[in-house]
Amino acid sequence: MTFLAQVLAILWKDIRCELRSKQTWTGMGLFALLVLVIFNFAFDLRVDNKAAIAPGVLWVAFVFASLLGLGRTIAAEREKGSMDRLLLCPVDRKAIYLAKLLGNLLFIGVVEIVALPVYAALFNVPLFAGALLPIVLLGTLGIATIGTLFSAMAAATRARELLLPVLVFPLIVPVVISAVRATGSLIVAAPNEPPWLGLITAFDVIFLSMSMLMFAYVIEE
Amino acid sequence: MALARKETTIEQPGVGVKRRATRFPVVSLVLGTLSLIGMMISIWMIFLYAPTDAVQGQPQRIFYFHVPMAWVGMLGFVMVAVGGIGYLRTRDERWDWVARASAELGAVFITLTLITGSIWGRTTWGTWWTWDARLTTTLILWFIYIGYLMLRSYMGRTHASARAGAVLAIIGIIDVPIIYESVNWWRTLHPSAEVGVPGALPPSVVLTLMVSLTTFTVFYCFLLLQLYQLQRMQAVAQRLRASVE
Repeated sequence: MTFLAQVLAILWKDIRCELRSKQTWTGMGLFALLVLVIFNFAFDLRVDNKAAIAPGVLWVAFVFASLLGLGRTIAAEREKGSMDRLLLCPVDRKAIYLAKLLGNLLFIGVVEIVALPVYAALFNVPLFAGALLPIVLLGTLGIATIGTLFSAMAAATRARELLLPVLVFPLIVPVVISAVRATGSLIVAAPNEPPWLGLITAFDVIFLSMSMLMFAYVIEE
Repeated sequence: MALARKETTIEQPGVGVKRRATRFPVVSLVLGTLSLIGMMISIWMIFLYAPTDAVQGQPQRIFYFHVPMAWVGMLGFVMVAVGGIGYLRTRDERWDWVARASAELGAVFITLTLITGSIWGRTTWGTWWTWDARLTTTLILWFIYIGYLMLRSYMGRTHASARAGAVLAIIGIIDVPIIYESVNWWRTLHPSAEVGVPGALPPSVVLTLMVSLTTFTVFYCFLLLQLYQLQRMQAVAQRLRASVE
């Protein structure tokens, strides 16, 4: 089996698992919507403060929902003991990581596709579908690269729901800053802004290469 | 058995448990004495030798504690990462003891940095906190430290725990400069308060700062050695307990 075939095989296994149980998708999606609703009460959104608050609301909802899904990645494998079997397979550890990452991206992506129109409607923000898509995709990739790596770590502990955000939030700060700023500049174009989209891409590349190198150490038994 | 083998204890009986308790702790004593003398000299220099700042007055003297604490906090994280890399390369748990000891120390010093910085900021800028790049990065580093310590305490004293800690430290040390830069870019449009402009510092101030920095570094080495010994003894104790049960 080539590397790509291995990645796709593990990814397909996860997708089938999710299609049958639908636990992660429904949970994450509902959670993202609830965060949006709660933020509506927390910040009284008006025309004058919308540009400042709306991007932050969107990304907080995405980050929180992502972490819910990310926590399940490796934990679900461990619960049923399938992690040991996966590790016994003659598969490159990087392939396992990539498959898990792609799976997470897919699950979070589906939730985001559902949440974005609702967000646009609830917060009365014009949905700039074309320009927003790369920002959402690259920002999510940044969160998922670090999150997938650390979910493997947190899954080995008793308190994984608690530990995962504590480990992941500080490390993804650069991605969150860039994503919020890039989204904000879509609502109100600001002069002299750094190239945020390029920065997210750079952070993604750094995080992805670090995580791929480190993943083998994390899951090794 | 599978569970037992995960513990560092069963796997390598005897390694790192060499009987060294009887040896006279020369290095510890020397470092301890040096840091005691250094502290005395530093305190004298900070409060009596260094001139009072013309603008900020007496509160400026906190600078001589704040900067060395911040330096030791950063140095501590570098040592955590060095210990992590050493552990991943050699699989020698002594590297892990260094990393753990340094993480506990660094967390304390970064906490003190945040507290002293806050007090200094209150008297100088009139605010306890500002989202300046340096302050924000220090706060994030504090969170990473706490995350590291939580991870290690949840995972216990196992090989998996040591590896996870090493990975977190290595990713953290690469990430901290990136965080600093990104916060810098985030704040480019906003006026940010300057944190101590270097330039026309009188030589007595520089000398005091240097003495203070050296003292805190020696003090860090002294404490690191003590915590390292503590880690070693905890490992030995766990090993003995496992052999009895």
